[in-house]
Amino acid sequence: MSIAWGSLLVVCAVALAVGVAVVALVAFALVGLSARVAEPAGGPNDGAPPAMSPAAGTAIAVICLVAVAAIVAYGLYVIVA
Amino acid sequence: MDVTLIVVVVVATALIFDFTNGFHDTANAMATSIATGALSPRTAVTIAGILNLVGAFLSVQVALTISSGLVDEAQINPIVIFAGLVGAILWNLLTWLLGLPSSSSHALFGGLIGATSVAAGAGAVNFGKVLTAVVIPAVISPVLAGVVALVATFLAYRITARADKGTVSRGFKLGQIVSASMVALAHGTNDAQKTMGVITLTLITAGALPRGSAPPFWVILSAGLAIALGTYIGGWRIIRTLGKRVSEIQTPQGFAAETSATAVILASSHLGFALSTTQVATGAIFGAGAGRRLASVQWGVAGRMAIAWILTLPAAAAVGAASALLASTGTIGTIVVALVAIAMGAGIYAASRRRPVTAGNVNEVPAPAAPVTSAA
Repeated sequence: MSIAWGSLLVVCAVALAVGVAVVALVAFALVGLSARVAEPAGGPNDGAPPAMSPAAGTAIAVICLVAVAAIVAYGLYVIVA
Repeated sequence: MDVTLIVVVVVATALIFDFTNGFHDTANAMATSIATGALSPRTAVTIAGILNLVGAFLSVQVALTISSGLVDEAQINPIVIFAGLVGAILWNLLTWLLGLPSSSSHALFGGLIGATSVAAGAGAVNFGKVLTAVVIPAVISPVLAGVVALVATFLAYRITARADKGTVSRGFKLGQIVSASMVALAHGTNDAQKTMGVITLTLITAGALPRGSAPPFWVILSAGLAIALGTYIGGWRIIRTLGKRVSEIQTPQGFAAETSATAVILASSHLGFALSTTQVATGAIFGAGAGRRLASVQWGVAGRMAIAWILTLPAAAAVGAASALLASTGTIGTIVVALVAIAMGAGIYAASRRRPVTAGNVNEVPAPAAPVTSAA
């Protein structure tokens, strides 16, 4: 009986890094996309302009989503290969 | 018993197992998407079914081993496979009735271990391998998936705390559709393979195929169709448990849970660790529940699942052993096993009709905080 503890550790590290990275990237992308929406009327920051310019927000969102797409594509490659 | 007849019986039984595997595991990919409303119940099971079928054709590396070395495969004959499958099917049906997500792989392994010990003695079972290939991954993988989902959920809420609520909710809903599809696809490549392996090995032992052959096209097609159909039928009881009874799941949590499950499944299968999709997905949902608010998780449900997980292998082994004992007495014995199995399956189905869970009421849980009723 032998357990490849090394590989097991790699699995844990990779899964943690990739799982958290994808969710964080999507979350940042959504923060970026939120810059395209004005603060809702009647909210705590009623009518205030977004903290980020819509263009900057969109750019951040695109970068994050491209990174996520790359990771998903690699995931698909792992499934197929 | 006539060789060709027993082969037909085994192939049919294997496809039935594949079907139960499918509807048992719809919840892995789709429970949280259905619970958060990212996908309507019918759409969710349709996508999952199609992706399972696609997955069955995608994978090119077919393991020509049905037990991953847990039992001495030289000792396996069609009767043993039949008895093992009966054990696995009955356990899958029982846990489905109770709405518990248990591992179909463990049920299959258990059934085969039980049947092999009766047919060839306990010496034919590799208990060291049982520890390394079943017990240790079963302990580590749900915890790992849970931790990943917990961290991811916590970050998702922190990062988006001040973002536009509508954008966040829509964004994670879209994300969930992708992440749930990845889980379904990964499931198809893994689990449909198991049944193909069983059928192919049966055909080889019966001399219908040369040793070492790959599964014929009709085997791939029928196994893919059986698991896809099972997935499409939807194990609504288990979907309700995972989607609604573990915790009140919101879209960021659903996305975090499915992404974490995918990451764990792909990382481990890439490095050659076999693990249970069910246990990973379940662990991830608990982690996602805890990542938002620790107290919102129904830990009593976790306890019931843990008990079901521990029992899966021994219980399926016991049924497999009893079936092997009876089936090895000859044709009559095999027929008796088949009839008893059909009767028990019908009984479990009849019991499920008394309080049916369907696509229409899957998201309706009587009282959120009520203690989970024991149907046992």
